Amino acid sequence: MNRQRLTGSRLAAIFLLGSVLLNYPLLSLIDSQADVLGVPALYAYVFAAWGGLIALMVAVIERRGG
Amino acid sequence: MSQAAIIAVSFAYLAVLFAIAYWADRRADAGRSVINRSSIYALSLAVYCTTWTYYGSVGRAAISGIGFLPIYLGPTLMMGLCWFVMLKMLRIAKAHRLTSIADFVAARYGKSQLLGGLVTVIAVLGVVPYIALQLKAVSGSLNILLHYPEIVVPTRAAALSAAPWHVDSALYVALTLAVFTILFGTRHLDASERHEGMVAAIAFESLVKLLAFTAVGLFVSFGIYDGIGDIFARARLEPDLAQLLGAGGAGGSASGWAALTFVSMMSVLLLPRQFQIAIVENVGENHLRRALWMFPLYLLAINIFVLPIALGGLLVFGNSVDADTFVLTLPMAHHQQGLALLVFIGGLSAATGMVIVETIALSTMVCNDLVMPLALRLPWLGLNQRADLSWLLLLIRRCAIVIIVLLGYAYFRLAGEAYALVAIGLISFAAVAQFAPVIFGGLYWKGGTRHGALAGLSAGFLVWAYTLVLPSFAKSGWLSRDFLEQGAFGIGLLKPQQLFGLTGLDEIAHCLFWSMLANVGAYLAVSLARAPDAREAGQALLFVDAHRLAQVPGRAPFWRGRAEIEQLAPLLNRFLGRERAQAALESYARRKGVAAVEELPADAELVAYAENLLAGALGSASARLMMASVVEEEPLGLEEVLNILDEAHQVRAYSHELEQRSQELSLATQELRAANLRLQELDRLKDDFISTVSHELRTPLTSIRAFSEMLREDPKIDLVDRRKFLGIIVAETQRLTRLIDQVLDLAKIESGNAEWRADQLDLREVVQAATEATAQLFKERRIALDLQLPQRPAPVVADRDRLIQVMMNLLSNAAKFCAGDEGRVVVSVREDDAAGVVSVADNGPGIERGDQAVIFEKFRQGGDSTTGKPHGTGLGLPISRQIIEHFGGQLHVDSAPESGRRGADFWFSLPLKAASVN
Amino acid sequence: MAKSILIVDDEPNIVVSLEFLLKREGYQVAVAGDGEEAMNRLRQVRPDLVLLDVMLPLKNGFAVCQEIRADAQLAGVKILMLSAKGRDTEVQKGMALGADAYMTKPFATKDLVAKLRELLGE
Repeated sequence: MNRQRLTGSRLAAIFLLGSVLLNYPLLSLIDSQADVLGVPALYAYVFAAWGGLIALMVAVIERRGG
Repeated sequence: MSQAAIIAVSFAYLAVLFAIAYWADRRADAGRSVINRSSIYALSLAVYCTTWTYYGSVGRAAISGIGFLPIYLGPTLMMGLCWFVMLKMLRIAKAHRLTSIADFVAARYGKSQLLGGLVTVIAVLGVVPYIALQLKAVSGSLNILLHYPEIVVPTRAAALSAAPWHVDSALYVALTLAVFTILFGTRHLDASERHEGMVAAIAFESLVKLLAFTAVGLFVSFGIYDGIGDIFARARLEPDLAQLLGAGGAGGSASGWAALTFVSMMSVLLLPRQFQIAIVENVGENHLRRALWMFPLYLLAINIFVLPIALGGLLVFGNSVDADTFVLTLPMAHHQQGLALLVFIGGLSAATGMVIVETIALSTMVCNDLVMPLALRLPWLGLNQRADLSWLLLLIRRCAIVIIVLLGYAYFRLAGEAYALVAIGLISFAAVAQFAPVIFGGLYWKGGTRHGALAGLSAGFLVWAYTLVLPSFAKSGWLSRDFLEQGAFGIGLLKPQQLFGLTGLDEIAHCLFWSMLANVGAYLAVSLARAPDAREAGQALLFVDAHRLAQVPGRAPFWRGRAEIEQLAPLLNRFLGRERAQAALESYARRKGVAAVEELPADAELVAYAENLLAGALGSASARLMMASVVEEEPLGLEEVLNILDEAHQVRAYSHELEQRSQELSLATQELRAANLRLQELDRLKDDFISTVSHELRTPLTSIRAFSEMLREDPKIDLVDRRKFLGIIVAETQRLTRLIDQVLDLAKIESGNAEWRADQLDLREVVQAATEATAQLFKERRIALDLQLPQRPAPVVADRDRLIQVMMNLLSNAAKFCAGDEGRVVVSVREDDAAGVVSVADNGPGIERGDQAVIFEKFRQGGDSTTGKPHGTGLGLPISRQIIEHFGGQLHVDSAPESGRRGADFWFSLPLKAASVN
Repeated sequence: MAKSILIVDDEPNIVVSLEFLLKREGYQVAVAGDGEEAMNRLRQVRPDLVLLDVMLPLKNGFAVCQEIRADAQLAGVKILMLSAKGRDTEVQKGMALGADAYMTKPFATKDLVAKLRELLGE
């Protein structure tokens, strides 16, 4: 059960990370006028962060044999 | 595109969905479930994405850029927390057979039916706008498609809904969906409220949604423009659009973003359909893991194209077309008929999925937690007498489905046009968020009470209604706008969207703030005002400690009732239907190792199991009600406690007794062994005695025989010798006789067969008589006999002859051992304590210490080693002692020749017994 | 030459009867009343046979028997044990200790005389 708790705790940490990354204080820092590869910075950032969080979750959950 | 074609395709799609559902149900019945995969589970969770996602997001994005996104970020973040939360909810739901949110809340707070009912009402009212939203979307998209290739798009003005209701396509959509839902979800009752077919169909339609949306997205991005970058580049050029690219347009405020994130986090679990799919329909805990990341991935995928589509649409249409419809109108504008149809089907799919699951969940709640509890309480309905009520349950559910969908339609007519789709949806989200305190509080805080939950829910609901629902009516014109602008009754502080003067929050954040404040505040305050009662505390324990408690099916922690299987079976038959009830009971019996259902022991475990089964069909609150009517529940009252104590006391007493007995037993064994040893000893003694006696007897016989034979042989023996020999013969004969007599006497005394008389005697008299009888002997030996008798009488109770016997023995011994001439024997009687003491003291050689015990032994005589063998049998003293002891006295000798004192004093004592009344 | 017999018994009457009997048969008779006296007299008189009672004060008949047999000088002395104890164990014990014969009391005078003649080789 310990590994479960570890996974759960890690996921909770991801939650906290996401809450910070994807919330206003941070978001407002991103320059709305810039473009990243033709994509507005904010849009890119949000989706990248989002994707990154999901990837982290996959890594934590699908990890085999801690 | 003709109406008929569209409708045909629509029904075809619905038929496909139905077919999938049917097939999956059949497979499930055969035991080969299709949905037993985590990917299916994850896809089914995507029912979260409805036409709101499909159409509404684009509309929102067109207004506020990425401000549409928090609704999807919230669930993503929530999945991070859900590892613990969802697992716990899953376990609890499985263990207690909880089949809905209402069930969950009711069960947690002491199986309160009132609470279940309240949750149901809030859920229904809260979700009605959401259903309205679906109807609006579908009917709107249908209408648009019908005008293909013309884009006749309704603007925010309520052009189409002005049509009378019987022509309103939305109504027919509603009715179609209702019928479809009934077919999907209420073909039969399942004790676990699982609908495998529905889940399969939902998973399928999630794929369809995603595909259709992605298709549009790709089309817009690469078909109309040159890629997403192209869209953004162009958008940058338009000042209106440019701001959408930045954070400034995102909902306008941090609070809005945070509020949306929060409220969507709650909704992804607490929406009735989400709860249904995620918890109730869950097949295995292990599916949860994969779903936790697959679902967010889905959300990400379906949202990538939202902003591009929005921007693209704005670029094409500007403000002339309702942005909610871009996904449809953009393909239409470019004459993509097939794609438009696909998009429409996708939207229909999204709406259908939502309505089906949501209304099934809601109808379950209405049936189990609202109607049935009421119905069961009404005795005049006679529900207790009916044998089979499963038809009734199905009927209630079907009616509920229709009514709910119609309510959705009503809301759509009343308030639907004033709002964009998303705004309507958010109203529902805010309603569902009211469940959060009671549910999460219930999961993690044992202090939550039923009243606290009632207070919190009520407060939150009222504030929600006041700050969101009423304004929505006002904005649609059904209530005066004054209400909005000037507050209730004209009180400024009660402005529904600026309560108590709180400004600066958008309406959702505002509502959330006040409703959560009221909700949590009331929940805490009322819960803490009074300690949970026994039932609440028990349920709290089961919920909050669910991870720690080993949940074994059939475990009955709090039932102390009993019911025979004959009472339970009809109950189960009534609500589950005969077949399912029997199957369940049989499997339980098998688990318990009992041969037949009839033989199941009528214990608390059986009751709990039956209640669990019923809860699946009726909800836990109603189930408890039904069980309570059947079972004789014995609360652990004083009497029972006493009984238990009594039993324990009895057990202890028994075991104590057992211990004692075993101790006694071992003691007895010991005693027996000792007795055995003694018996063996005595046996040996007896053998010795017999051998000694025979020896003693043979000795005189030897002389008798020898002399007799010699006298017979030789007649010529002279007279002197002859007389001598005959004298010896006679003497030996006498000796022999005496010996035999004494042996017999002793044997009689020792075996207790002697006859004793109990005469009242005066010791003085007895002693006197004995001395007189032996006077002659003393005279012959020339031994002086001195008699000292007291003045007072010495009354004793004894056998006279025996006492004389003792005295004679002592006197003759004294005479034997006294030296002649100077011999002197003193016989005295005196009183000592309560005893009379008779003493015969001689002045003979005395008896050495070592011999003093020996002389009282049988056949032993003093003087063996000094003078010749004395005449005597060696039995006199033992017999005397036995006689004296028989009458409660003692016989001893005092003598100490080694210290120079001559003589031996034989004395015996007898208890003085005063003369009794004659 | 008359044979001499030592009578060892603590019962006076028995001694008298045996004395008379043996004298009548023509034997020379000596008497001892206990085990100690018996040994003394044995060494003094050197009888041909000793009539040995078992229940003797000071030293019982078995001990005397043993002592006689242990004494080389007394090797030719015959021992006839007389006892009121007639159990087999007693008889065997006596024979095992070296007695030549064992008779129980009361005895028939005829049997005693016959046994004596046998033992003394007449």
